[in-house]
Amino acid sequence: MNLALKDIRHNLSRFSLTALGIGMLLMIVMGMGGIYQGLIQEATLLVDNIGADLWVVQRETRGPFAEISRIPRNLEDRLKSMPGVVSARAFVTYPVQREFRDKPLRMQIQGLSWPDDRGAWLPLVAGRRIESAHYEMIVDQILGLGLGDKVKLGKNVYTVVGITKNMSSMAGDGLAFFTLLDALDIQYDYSGEAIRIEREARRWRVAKQDIGATLPSLLERALLPSSNLAALPTPYVSAVLVTLFPGTNVNTVVEKISGWTDVTVFTRDQQNELLLRGVVDRARRQLGLFRSLLIVISTIIMALIIYTLTLEKIHDIAMLKLIGARNSVILGLILQQALLLGFLGYIFAFYVGKWVFPMFPRRVVINADDLIYLAMIVFVISILSAGLGIWKALSVEPNEVVS
Amino acid sequence: MTASTLAIRGQSLTKIYGSGNAEVTAMEDVSFFLSTGEVVALLGPSGAGKSTLLTIVGLINSPTSGRLFIGEDLVTDGPAAKVNLRAYRRRFIGYVLQKTNLIPFLTAVENVRLALEINDVSGRAARNRAMELLKSLDVVHRSGNLPYMLSGGEQQRVAIARALANRPRLVLADEPTAALDSVRGRQVMELFRTVAREYGTTVMVATHDHRSLDIFDRILEMEDGKLLSQRHADISSRIAKV
Ligand SMILES: Nc1ncnc2c1ncn2[C@@H]1O[C@H](COP(=O)(O)OP(=O)(O)OP(=O)(O)O)[C@@H](O)[C@H]1O
Ligand SMILES: [Mg+2]
Repeated sequence: MNLALKDIRHNLSRFSLTALGIGMLLMIVMGMGGIYQGLIQEATLLVDNIGADLWVVQRETRGPFAEISRIPRNLEDRLKSMPGVVSARAFVTYPVQREFRDKPLRMQIQGLSWPDDRGAWLPLVAGRRIESAHYEMIVDQILGLGLGDKVKLGKNVYTVVGITKNMSSMAGDGLAFFTLLDALDIQYDYSGEAIRIEREARRWRVAKQDIGATLPSLLERALLPSSNLAALPTPYVSAVLVTLFPGTNVNTVVEKISGWTDVTVFTRDQQNELLLRGVVDRARRQLGLFRSLLIVISTIIMALIIYTLTLEKIHDIAMLKLIGARNSVILGLILQQALLLGFLGYIFAFYVGKWVFPMFPRRVVINADDLIYLAMIVFVISILSAGLGIWKALSVEPNEVVS
Repeated sequence: MTASTLAIRGQSLTKIYGSGNAEVTAMEDVSFFLSTGEVVALLGPSGAGKSTLLTIVGLINSPTSGRLFIGEDLVTDGPAAKVNLRAYRRRFIGYVLQKTNLIPFLTAVENVRLALEINDVSGRAARNRAMELLKSLDVVHRSGNLPYMLSGGEQQRVAIARALANRPRLVLADEPTAALDSVRGRQVMELFRTVAREYGTTVMVATHDHRSLDIFDRILEMEDGKLLSQRHADISSRIAKV
């Protein structure tokens, strides 16, 4: 005969409600861990998937994700000529916030070096890769766009041709992939007036110099688009991604590139490390502290509940002592209830969490390690929380039944 | 300790509750002897100290001074326990308290089984024994009910069944028939009598019920915490019972 269960049967609705409450608390504890794991996944997903061995960025920066990096696009060519390099492709990343169907659309734009990179590495759930040099985009489903949707960005309209899953930036915004040129277009989208003024200013600068006076045809040239002017730099990109031949010694290449004074190079692991340490670390500690606090709160609440359940039974416990029940019987009664409460709460947290977490705006990843870890915590706090009740129960005297 | 040697002896037992101005002497210098298989009534007005004596003999309360022997064992020397009182209670003593004290979340039969299970009798054996006791106390039809569904008298009879479950050497009952009609009250007293005869159980019953006094071997009377007299019940009625 199990006294703990018999008592619960007697108080079924209250016990279930209590388990529910504990379950919700545990669900939040579980969710906290899940949010952290989600942050890690979000942060590293792009770097893991994009398939670059090296990230070449602006000198002394930790770009392109942790901070802004600007390097000339033609760095691509310098890198391509290095021994061991299969490909070097420019990459652009920056956030935008625009309106779409009267709602704010926040996305992290990624410019891929089309046609070398057509987004073949992207986990598509619908649609296709980028097949055209212009006006096509692949977006994450988090952005809420559908295949065929047309979005005006800058002067042009881009059509959604592919949808990815779980590709989001560290800020939780969905990623949107364009060809590099389109991405640069959107980034450097100047109005006609701004361009006209800039060209006029250019002409005026040339006219003021000797060369303008001696070569009047240059004045006409200054009015041309900037890409037609050899004297102006090529557009800046965020990084150049380098893929190496299998078997190439990464360190040798890194050493060589590190010798260049205009760039900094990171391996894939270093880039991941930058993301995790620099950007995710504070969130991790924040969530960790919050989580510890919740665990302490859960323990206290559970202890109070177990204590009240015990207090209510104190007369019966005195009676058990009176008829000679061993302490193990009394201990078992309280401990089993505490453990059952923890267990039911955990099960509740698990199943309800499984259903609720996917509805959260950011990723919540519940992994097996975390589940085991939390199960152990629940086990420990159940035992701890029973302590107060057990202490009370063991200190009651059997003669309290008669008094 | 065996049944034949189990006799209970109290030596100058005194119980003082509280201290200072609030001091109440509930029992003073009480000495007595109960033989094996003896059925003894404890009479006295309210507040005389009957319940106090029962709880001290039942090892629920410790005396302020005096000694208590069960069989050859000195079980308490003043407030100091000389044996594991809880184990003693579990194995040798059955209680019927003045107020019924069934475990509210256990059914009638489970309450009885509980007493058996803490004495390591479990499963079918425990269930059969419990049902048999409930039957002999005429509450077997209520065996599956929780205590709050039972009348006061039914609860009291379940409590008696629980007290007798382990065939204790000593049964202590505090007004066990208060909630019962006279017929049922008498049945309970006769049940104690039977248990005493069949198993050599010593029974001590605090009672106000003068109608059943003929069942007892001996009557102890208390007043103001003192034991007045120890008179033997009418010898002829006693012989008639045996
Ligand atoms: N826990 C206690 N604290 C203080 N005084 C107590 C306590 N228990 C009993 N008393 C007092 O001790 C005296 C004896 O009480 P006891 O309960 O033994 O009497 P009783 O003979 O059983 O009476 P009744 O027939 O009413 O049950 C009473 O004066 C009572 O008030
Ligand atoms: Mg009394």
